[in-house]
Amino acid sequence: MGTLTAHVFAFFGGVYNNHLALAAAIEDARGRGAERLFCLGDLGAFGPHPDKVFPLLREHDVLCVQGNYDDSIGNELADCQCGYTDPRDNHFAQISYDYTLANTSPENRAFLRELPGERRFEVDGLRFLLCHGSPRKTNEFLWQSTTSTAFLEKLADDFEADVILGTHTGLHWDRELSGGRRFANVGVLGRPENDGTTHVWYTLVRVESSKAEQGGGPSPGQADPSASATILSTPDSPLPALSVEFVPVVYDHERLADEMRREELPEEFVQTILTGWWTTCLEVLPQRERRVGRF
Amino acid sequence: MPAVVEDVPAVELRSLDELWFQVSGTLCNLECTHCFISCSPKNDSFGYLSLETVERMLAESVEWGVREYYFTGGEPFLNREIMSILEAALAYGPATVLTNATVLKSEWLERLRAAEERSGYSLEFRVSIDGPNAEMNDPIRGERTFERAMKGVGLLVEHGFLPIITMTRTWEEAEDFEILGRFRNVLREQGYTRPRLKVLPRLQIGAEAERTEGYGEHDRVTPSMMEHFDESQLICSHSRLVSDRGVHVCPILLEAEDGLLGDTLAEAGTPFPLAHGACFTCYQYGAICTNPTTKEWER
Repeated sequence: MGTLTAHVFAFFGGVYNNHLALAAAIEDARGRGAERLFCLGDLGAFGPHPDKVFPLLREHDVLCVQGNYDDSIGNELADCQCGYTDPRDNHFAQISYDYTLANTSPENRAFLRELPGERRFEVDGLRFLLCHGSPRKTNEFLWQSTTSTAFLEKLADDFEADVILGTHTGLHWDRELSGGRRFANVGVLGRPENDGTTHVWYTLVRVESSKAEQGGGPSPGQADPSASATILSTPDSPLPALSVEFVPVVYDHERLADEMRREELPEEFVQTILTGWWTTCLEVLPQRERRVGRF
Repeated sequence: MPAVVEDVPAVELRSLDELWFQVSGTLCNLECTHCFISCSPKNDSFGYLSLETVERMLAESVEWGVREYYFTGGEPFLNREIMSILEAALAYGPATVLTNATVLKSEWLERLRAAEERSGYSLEFRVSIDGPNAEMNDPIRGERTFERAMKGVGLLVEHGFLPIITMTRTWEEAEDFEILGRFRNVLREQGYTRPRLKVLPRLQIGAEAERTEGYGEHDRVTPSMMEHFDESQLICSHSRLVSDRGVHVCPILLEAEDGLLGDTLAEAGTPFPLAHGACFTCYQYGAICTNPTTKEWER
């Protein structure tokens, strides 16, 4: 377990081949003072030109966790292990999986194969655990509306972590836990969040290093009215104060749609990029998350 | 039929993710011919759970880190305390109720929709209908039950719920795709534009053992079958069920004597030997009782 001195971290979720959103998110995160960048896996899927993602990760030293998709592509498995149950969902998932596998270079497949399933680090006693789905299973769906707080508390206890960060479901959310601990789903860069807007999301985490700053004023990110941030003040906890900020990323989604069409990817996927509504892989959504979408 | 397998493999409770409540015991307003616990209006061998019992178990479940709660029967909405029970559960976590949707009332659904809004968790309805038309459904579930259940689905949709229609497969597995497609169309025609569907395998116990046949003596899980098998596919590795008699291993083996493990969750945390034919079905199909949103996926 290493000790980092930086206090602002950016966490990207599934990239799904969306190299344009990844580039925009990296630039945005750097502009907001992020000193370390992380990606929680699923670099491939859905979008065009898988190999365009990897140079960005290397150039900006983005530390990655292996998602189920990365495990599949890296090991050239038959499917993406996404966990869909509807045949229609699996049909579309297979199209993008076959495309991504065929268009990921051997060198990049080796990179995916070697990625760790989790990363841990500590900042001022705050133990971070980065995973893809959940700490216990790479492709476990932890939805906001179907995950009890008691379950998250137990994960934090069992895995001895104060901050657990995941992605996988594609929708960002967070939950405050006892003793100043926190769970957050960092969202994904790969596609919008089924809310009729075309931007995608990543997450900034700030750790206040000085105890005098605990519970202090708003973080710089709160100046952006479109971003949502909460400060967790923990006067009774020995842990430093932590803020989790979800950041929307506007990128050239029309260019991405053009690239997808040129690569003959399913029009259903292109429509998601252009409209912000999910058109496939809906069956795994719980009622509350499904209700807010169009389909 | 006793198990013929020597060294019956036992499954440990690795984490208690789902806690089930047999909230109406074996009491049901219907008497389906494929019911794996032979529920009926007269079968009171298991009775209603009280709000007090449910609240006690909910409180006990917190330290186990239970992720979500399921309510089944019988028909849960025959329990006069069901509204308060579901409201209590939603304070702890997400809840799913398995119903035949033939007794639902508008005022109940209004109250439950408000409870769901307050809690922030999902309240899922799983509605049992055994095919896309009365010709398939009614011989199993009873006269006019298709029409009545579809009316219940309409009422749920009207109140903003998106019920998961759950069918027991009384047809060949190869026909799933076609039957699901037909059912989606029927539901859309009746105004349920975002139908959610789930197919369950038949469990050859209870009434179903009479309707068709019970398990053969070789329909058992053997030790060699457990090699390289992902145990999280088996509900007994991550669930328990509370009835008015105590805590059982799973919702399927309610009536099995060895399925009753104790009075408290702590007593019921022991490993369970997969000695039953139904264990074989659970092994074959995996995660058959939970919602598609929480399906465990073999790695």
